[in-house]
Amino acid sequence: MTAAFDRHLLVAEDISVHIPSGGGTVRAVDRVSLSLERGKTLALVGESGSGKSMLCRAILGIPPGRAATRGRIIFGERDLAQLPEKELNAIRGREIGVVLQNPMSSLNPVLKVGWQIAEPMLRHLGISLLKARERAVELLGAVGIPRPAERVDCYPHQLSGGMRQRVAIAIALACDPQLLIADEPTTALDVTVQAEILNLLGRLQMERRMAMILVSHDLGVVAGRAHETAVMYAGRIVEQAPTVILFDQMRMRYTRALFDSIPRLDAPSGQPLASIGGQLPDLAAELQGCRFAPRCRRAEDRCFAEEPPLVADGLEDHRFACWFPCEPGISVTPPGPLLPKRIMS
Amino acid sequence: MNGNNPKNQEPLLRVKDLTVEYPACRGRKVHAVSGVSFDLARRETLGLVGESGCGKSSLARAIMQLPKPTAGKVILDGDDLAACDPVRLRILRSRFQMIFQDPASSLNPSRTVGASIEAPLLAMGHHGREERTRQAKVMMAAVGLDPERHYGRRPHQLSGGQCQRVAIARALMTNPRLLVCDEPVSSLDVSVQAQILNLLREVRGEYGLSMLFIAHDLAVVKNIADRVAVMYLGRLCEVAQCEDFYRAPAHPYSMALLDAVPRPDPRHLLPATGMLPGELPSAIDPPSGCRFRTRCRRAEALCAMECPELREIAPGHKVACHFPTFVKDL
Ligand SMILES: Nc1ncnc2c1ncn2[C@@H]1O[C@H](COP(=O)(O)OP(=O)(O)OP(=O)(O)O)[C@@H](O)[C@H]1O
Ligand SMILES: Nc1ncnc2c1ncn2[C@@H]1O[C@H](COP(=O)(O)OP(=O)(O)O)[C@@H](O)[C@H]1O
Ligand code: SF4
Ligand code: SF4
Ligand SMILES: [Mg+2]
Ligand SMILES: [Mg+2]
Repeated sequence: MTAAFDRHLLVAEDISVHIPSGGGTVRAVDRVSLSLERGKTLALVGESGSGKSMLCRAILGIPPGRAATRGRIIFGERDLAQLPEKELNAIRGREIGVVLQNPMSSLNPVLKVGWQIAEPMLRHLGISLLKARERAVELLGAVGIPRPAERVDCYPHQLSGGMRQRVAIAIALACDPQLLIADEPTTALDVTVQAEILNLLGRLQMERRMAMILVSHDLGVVAGRAHETAVMYAGRIVEQAPTVILFDQMRMRYTRALFDSIPRLDAPSGQPLASIGGQLPDLAAELQGCRFAPRCRRAEDRCFAEEPPLVADGLEDHRFACWFPCEPGISVTPPGPLLPKRIMS
Repeated sequence: MNGNNPKNQEPLLRVKDLTVEYPACRGRKVHAVSGVSFDLARRETLGLVGESGCGKSSLARAIMQLPKPTAGKVILDGDDLAACDPVRLRILRSRFQMIFQDPASSLNPSRTVGASIEAPLLAMGHHGREERTRQAKVMMAAVGLDPERHYGRRPHQLSGGQCQRVAIARALMTNPRLLVCDEPVSSLDVSVQAQILNLLREVRGEYGLSMLFIAHDLAVVKNIADRVAVMYLGRLCEVAQCEDFYRAPAHPYSMALLDAVPRPDPRHLLPATGMLPGELPSAIDPPSGCRFRTRCRRAEALCAMECPELREIAPGHKVACHFPTFVKDL
């Protein structure tokens, strides 16, 4: 094994997910590579349909129905793509935890939440029922649920959306995974609950030295929450860098457009937002050139003809795919505090 | 518009002591909206924010008379909607329209886009078929849909953003004065959200609309609204012009909501400890006195005893708190 594999918990190389559908083959993920160090967070950002969830499912070995996944997925020292289903099952839920967008769809409505948290521990860790229940109460407390000893006996419908997502996180953490994949864990939630869940994930990740893949369609959600950020567009990674560098110098034009479309508290009120016109291209069609070209204000002939490679320009760990990138070094974050300093006494 | 007409100086909408209660088990009641009052001026947009479950949708539906509120007045252009009989209400309905959060499920899945957009005209018994179609296609173009390509489509063949455009087109067909938007962008992606916010701003100007815009994100509200109203557990906490509100929020709950807005800035970290300790209390048995007191860091004995009235702390800036933050404290 090379040095890179020692440091990295997860190395995914050349992942493609092709889904046969009526109108041809949908290339939901197309030749994507990424790596994740132990204890670090990687954010995966892109608009709906860009392939974020399919990439996560490929890593987990659960692509939809008739999809074909290609590529190598090295987790620890094993290639997940080569493992038989049985061994993969032993890894999912034990070494890799998953939290999905809609907590209701990942929770069983007719089982008490305590049971649902205990279940992976009984299956993977072989501990006693009593011990599992004890740990379930502990976990509910750890994810910030008040009165956990009472709450273990609740059914999901008796909890609010934010509480359900906390339970889903408790289930994902039950076996102390090394990697947590959180696919839009807060998209269905209020901003207040979202902030709490993101704080919770950040805290747990540090305390447990877990690695995390945090998926979102909103750059604002991942800022300050991930060591590294990768931007996806139409099945490809189009820009990737340490988060602070990415926000300081967005080079790829799609990243910048996505950033500009966020309504901001520090922007004057009533100004039109810089929205991105048009839609994602049809992923079942043969795509040429830069996939963002039809929506890019800067696009030229070359953009439609040749696909720009994902390469570094200057900083080694900042890679982007664009023929006519934004100027480097211009901070896009306006200086000064965003809001007057307020006192909460 | 005739500036001399005294009717035009009046607010378009006056909501007075609006109360919505739902029956709960064992004869108890869900206090979804409790004594809410506010005005909405002509061509003004009021942003209504609050956490899920605080009663925003109940308030919106009560204004729409879907169903009628438990108590209180909803005066639109001089007519008290809550007191109108069904016949009069049907005539008045063309003046106020609503857009819902979930764009796909608010449209009839078996109807074509064209039929959905024409439905309000049909309900009002207007025009022949050809005229309806013509008007629908003009409106589709106005909201950024392709009249030829999208007219015959059904909702499942459209994206979330396109469904929301259909809903906006449908709402505008009766030439309303008031548009009530219940979280119209909450289920959309940021990039699509920006398109819809821009579209709403455009049609608002073009059609001279007043808007009640409901959201849970104060950054979204800042982008579209002239004035903000913050709601907590069925009551208004703070009402102010955007300018004043974002410069100097006065209610502890408003501050917690502001802190929760995600900032696209990697150096900005949210307060590490919970901004809002505890849980949203039940609307069946809300706390005595100030309903926010169970989660308020500033709460004192008085807060449990007396419900703070919504009172003016600066011109046009109203706050319901015994110990609000004044600008000089900042
Ligand atoms: N079961 C399926 N059959 C065919 N195509 C699919 C299927 N599931 C997803 N796709 C397509 O794959 C692409 C990527 O989908 P994916 O769900 O990964 O996107 P996403 O970025 O997670 O978006 P969202 O935010 O909507 O979840 C989209 O074009 C989608 O339409
Ligand atoms: N039809 C109903 N029957 C009983 N309770 C309801 C009903 N609709 C809403 N509620 C309750 O009323 C309160 C306010 O709900 P709602 O207006 O939908 O809030 P929001 O729109 O802010 O999410 C909540 O406690 C909710 O559970
Ligand atoms: S390669 Fe061309 S089309 Fe693509 S983002 Fe860069 S400038 Fe725009
Ligand atoms: S009245 Fe008291 S409890 Fe309510 S917001 Fe003000 S300080 Fe907090
Ligand atoms: Mg997804
Ligand atoms: Mg609602």
